[in-house]
Amino acid sequence: MERRRTRSRASSPRPRANPAAPPRDSLVARHVAALPRSGIREFFELVRAAGTGPDERGRRLISLAIGEPDFDAPWHVRENAIWSLERGRTGYSPNLGLLPLRAAIADHVAEETGVRYDPADEVLVTVGVSQGLDLALRALVEPGDEVVFHEPCYVSYAPSVALVHGRPVAVPTTPARGFALDPDDVARACTPRTRVLLLNFPCNPTGAVLDDRTADALARLACERDLAVVADEIYAELTFDEPGRSILSRPGMRERTVLLRGFSKSFAMTGFRVGYACAPRHLIDALNRIHQYAMLCAPAPAQEAALEALRHGRAGRLAMRDQYRLRRNFVTRSLAELGLPCVRPAGAFYAFPSIAGTGLSSREFAARLLREQRVAVVPGDAFGPSGEGHVRCAFAASLPLLEEAMDRLRLFLAGLRRGRRR
Amino acid sequence: MDPLLKLLQEDALTKPELLAKALGTTPKDVRDRLRRLERDGTILGYRAILDDERTGEERVKAVIEVKMTPEREGGFDRVARRIAEFDEVHAVYLMSGRYDLLLFVEGKTLREVAFFVAERLATLEGVTSTSTHFILRAYKQHGVAIRPRGPAERLPVSP
Repeated sequence: MERRRTRSRASSPRPRANPAAPPRDSLVARHVAALPRSGIREFFELVRAAGTGPDERGRRLISLAIGEPDFDAPWHVRENAIWSLERGRTGYSPNLGLLPLRAAIADHVAEETGVRYDPADEVLVTVGVSQGLDLALRALVEPGDEVVFHEPCYVSYAPSVALVHGRPVAVPTTPARGFALDPDDVARACTPRTRVLLLNFPCNPTGAVLDDRTADALARLACERDLAVVADEIYAELTFDEPGRSILSRPGMRERTVLLRGFSKSFAMTGFRVGYACAPRHLIDALNRIHQYAMLCAPAPAQEAALEALRHGRAGRLAMRDQYRLRRNFVTRSLAELGLPCVRPAGAFYAFPSIAGTGLSSREFAARLLREQRVAVVPGDAFGPSGEGHVRCAFAASLPLLEEAMDRLRLFLAGLRRGRRR
Repeated sequence: MDPLLKLLQEDALTKPELLAKALGTTPKDVRDRLRRLERDGTILGYRAILDDERTGEERVKAVIEVKMTPEREGGFDRVARRIAEFDEVHAVYLMSGRYDLLLFVEGKTLREVAFFVAERLATLEGVTSTSTHFILRAYKQHGVAIRPRGPAERLPVSP
């Protein structure tokens, strides 16, 4: 591909389709070429280079750098996907997704949030929440529009906004306030060009959730400023202390919210790639205008699996959540004993401790922990500049493995202290 | 169920220090609770779950259906408890349906199991007939599926 391009450029300069457009030095669109390399991707390369096998001391890599459950998808879900293939369910589904699945989604969302959507035209099955987010941004954002979101945040937010020629506006959240989003900060970040408020609670990587007061204030702000709200609630079913609040259930929110949820995290179905968007009819219609051309539909066997998960997966889902809760308790206690301050995550499956006290940057910390103790954690700056000084430790691993990881972390920190004293 | 029991059912070797951190209590409290649960018979014991094909030891396992004549007042209990005392017997259940007791029996050889059935079990007063089924292969034991383990397929780093 690379060679052919070079040759064709050498033989004849590529004619520009639009002579009025300014010249560029690559076949790649400038806004794509300008996308930063994902910090996760960079760290992945580092881990891959280090290998996962045992080192000279026989220690294998323990990865707390994963963004997915360590559980396999429940067998009844996998079995149903196989059965759907055996029955020959291999064709397209309707653009919006299989109707029985949309109906089950509408029931589930109503049970969880108290807000009801019409499966006929207010629910869209997507290829994971990632596609839902892409559709929502493409449907809501015009070039130059601003999208406000909280940071540290999921790695794709700023790039996804840039891809629709919008302007990403990150509002930092701090451990001092438990990584809660301050509505006053959001208000200050808003300008007349602000169109979308993008929320992710429970939050990857901080584990923060929405409290009632913040949800109310953000809802009022969205109404006053006439903002669309995109609620990325992929971790909604994974809250540990009390049921998570959804901005959706606040007054005035149903009309202006695109709710994005999915099956990846709470049902341990990342590889199936099924998510969904719920929104008022005219918004789902807008998302579907793009979806019908760009994707047609989510994979049919994966949709069958998702339907099975909603129909019979409740007990398994709750059992996994209970496991995460115990692991959360273990990891936060262990981090506290190690002297790494950590906001107790109320949801998702990540701890986001501060490593600022070690004097290392988050990248140095992660690279040295990997090299010296074969434990992988994600440098906090991968989640935006305000993540610097932190690392993300997923507790989607068995307790014995987490224990071993915390033990190695203790050795690593002791080594750092010895090094400093010298 | 008590979350402590749930954790032990996952892995009985989990140390009290780890259990304490997961449950938000102290190791001493965990040890005390464990002793209580052992004393009152909630926890009957701790065993390793083995894949017989890898231990290098031949074992013959059988499931035996037993029909019985129940006794006045005692029902099946007295004889069932007597059967349960044999070392060869690993589990005894009272069943509904066409037979009364279901036994899981183990021995070193086929002859040993056959001897147990013919000499010890069938001759018990109250036992009217037995039907023995030898186990050929295990695919899952005590909730643990026995399957070839491949290398981890998950990406070591993901967003």
